[in-house]
Amino acid sequence: MAWVIQTLSSSLGRKVIMSLTGLFLSSFLIVHMAGNLQLFKGDNGRAFNEYTYFMTHNPLIITISYLLYTSILVHALMAWVLTRHNQASRPVKYAYSKPEANSAWSSRNMGILGTILLLFIIIHMRTFWFEMHFGAVPMAEYDGKQYKDLYVVVKEAFSQWWYVLLYVICMIAMGYHLSHGFQSGFQTLGIRHKKYTPLIEFIGTYFFAIIVPAIFAAMPIYVFLQVHHII
Amino acid sequence: MKINLKVWRQKNSNTEGKLVEYHLDNVSEDMSFLEMFDVLNDSLTRKGEDPVTFDHDCREGICGTCSMYINGRPHGPQTGATTCQLHMRSFNDGDTIVVEPWRARAFPVIKDLMVDRSAFDRIIQSGGYVSVNTGSARDANEILIPRTIADEAMDAAACIGCGACVAACKNASAMLFVSAKVSQLAILPQGQAEHKERAERMVAQMDAEGFGACSFTGACSVECPKSISLDHIARMNREYLGAKLTSDNA
Repeated sequence: MAWVIQTLSSSLGRKVIMSLTGLFLSSFLIVHMAGNLQLFKGDNGRAFNEYTYFMTHNPLIITISYLLYTSILVHALMAWVLTRHNQASRPVKYAYSKPEANSAWSSRNMGILGTILLLFIIIHMRTFWFEMHFGAVPMAEYDGKQYKDLYVVVKEAFSQWWYVLLYVICMIAMGYHLSHGFQSGFQTLGIRHKKYTPLIEFIGTYFFAIIVPAIFAAMPIYVFLQVHHII
Repeated sequence: MKINLKVWRQKNSNTEGKLVEYHLDNVSEDMSFLEMFDVLNDSLTRKGEDPVTFDHDCREGICGTCSMYINGRPHGPQTGATTCQLHMRSFNDGDTIVVEPWRARAFPVIKDLMVDRSAFDRIIQSGGYVSVNTGSARDANEILIPRTIADEAMDAAACIGCGACVAACKNASAMLFVSAKVSQLAILPQGQAEHKERAERMVAQMDAEGFGACSFTGACSVECPKSISLDHIARMNREYLGAKLTSDNA
C-alpha cells in the first residue's frame, strides 16, 4: 500500500484528490438543486417537507451524505495543504507582476473563492442541516403522517434581506469557483480530448457556473418575495 | 528613445536583492532587449560599476538561455518569443520597465537576473531520455511514424527549457516543462519501453526540486516562447496515474 500513499502525496496525487472530491461535490449540487426546486411549487412547503423527510430517512442517501461531509472536509484540507506548498514554491514574490495578461481571475483565486464557499457551507448547514437534525422544528401533518416542517425554517431565514443577499453573493462565488473548477477537475485526471473537452467546457461554463448558481440564488429571492407578499 | 529601467540587483544567492533604477537616453527602437542591456552594462563598466549579470546565449530565440521577467511577464509583453527576440519598439519613449529574475524556490538567484535552472537538468536526468544503442546512426524512417504523431511529438520537443512556465505560474509549477519532456517521448514508439518509469521518476524529481502543483490557470502556455499546449499536461497526468496504477514499482 506504500505506493498508494506515495502517489496521493505527490503533487499530482494531491490534485487528483481535489479533482475527485470536487467533481463529486459538483454532482451533489445537481441533486441538491433538483430537490430544492420543490420550494417553487407554491404548496406551502408540502413537497419540500416530504423531500427533506426522504433525504433524512433513505439509507442510501444517508450513506452518501457521510461521503459528502468527508468530501467537503478533504477538499478543503487538501486545498490548504496545496496552497501552503504552492506559496512555499515561490518564497520571494515578484515586485511587479501582471497575471491578468495570461490567466483568468477565477483560476488564480480558487483558494479565496473556496474559503468563501466553506464559510457559506458552515452558515448554511447551521441554519438548515443543524436545525433539521438537532433543532426544535415544528411539525406538519400530511395524510395523517408527521413531517418536520423545515419549510418554516426556510421562510424564517429568507425573510431577512441581508441573509438573502449573503446567499446571492455566495452563489456568485460558487459560479466563479465552478467556472474554473469543473473543467480543471477533468484536466487533472488527464481527460482532455478534442471530442470531450468542448462539452466539458460547455457544461462547466454554462451549467455549473451560470445556471446552477442562478437557480440556487433564485430560491432565497423567491421565498423573500413570497414572505413579504411582493409576489 | 528614453527608457527608465528598474533592474533587480542581487550580489549572490545569500544576500537580499533590490530594484535599482537606471536611465538610458539613446536607446534605438531597433535594438533587442538584450542589446539595450549591453548598452546599459557598457555604461556601467565605463563608470567602474558592476555590470548587470543576465543569462543569454544564441540570441536567436532557440536556445532557451535568456530569462527576464519584464514588466510583470516572463520574456516581456509579446507572446511566443524569448527575451532576445523582444525589441525596444515594443515599448514607448519614456517607459519605465521593471526587470526581475525568474522567481521560484527551485530556481535560486545566482546573481542579479541570472538564476540556477539546473533543477530542470536533474528532472531530465531522472527519466527524460530513451535508452538506445548509441552505435552507428540509424537509418531514417526505420520506424514508420504517422505524420500527425511526429508533429505532435515535435510540438512538445519544441520546449527549450527556458523556465518561463515556472516564472509565469502563480505556484512556480514546472508542469508544462515536465509534461513536454514526458510527452515528446511518450507519443513515439521509441519512448514506449520506458514510459511508465519515466513518468513516475520525472514527477518525483519535479516534486523533490520544490516546484508547486498545477492550478490549470494556463499562464504557462500563454507565456511559453514555443506556445506549448496544455494538452501535454493532461497527457502527463494520464501517463503518471496510469503508471502508478500499473507499474511494477509496488
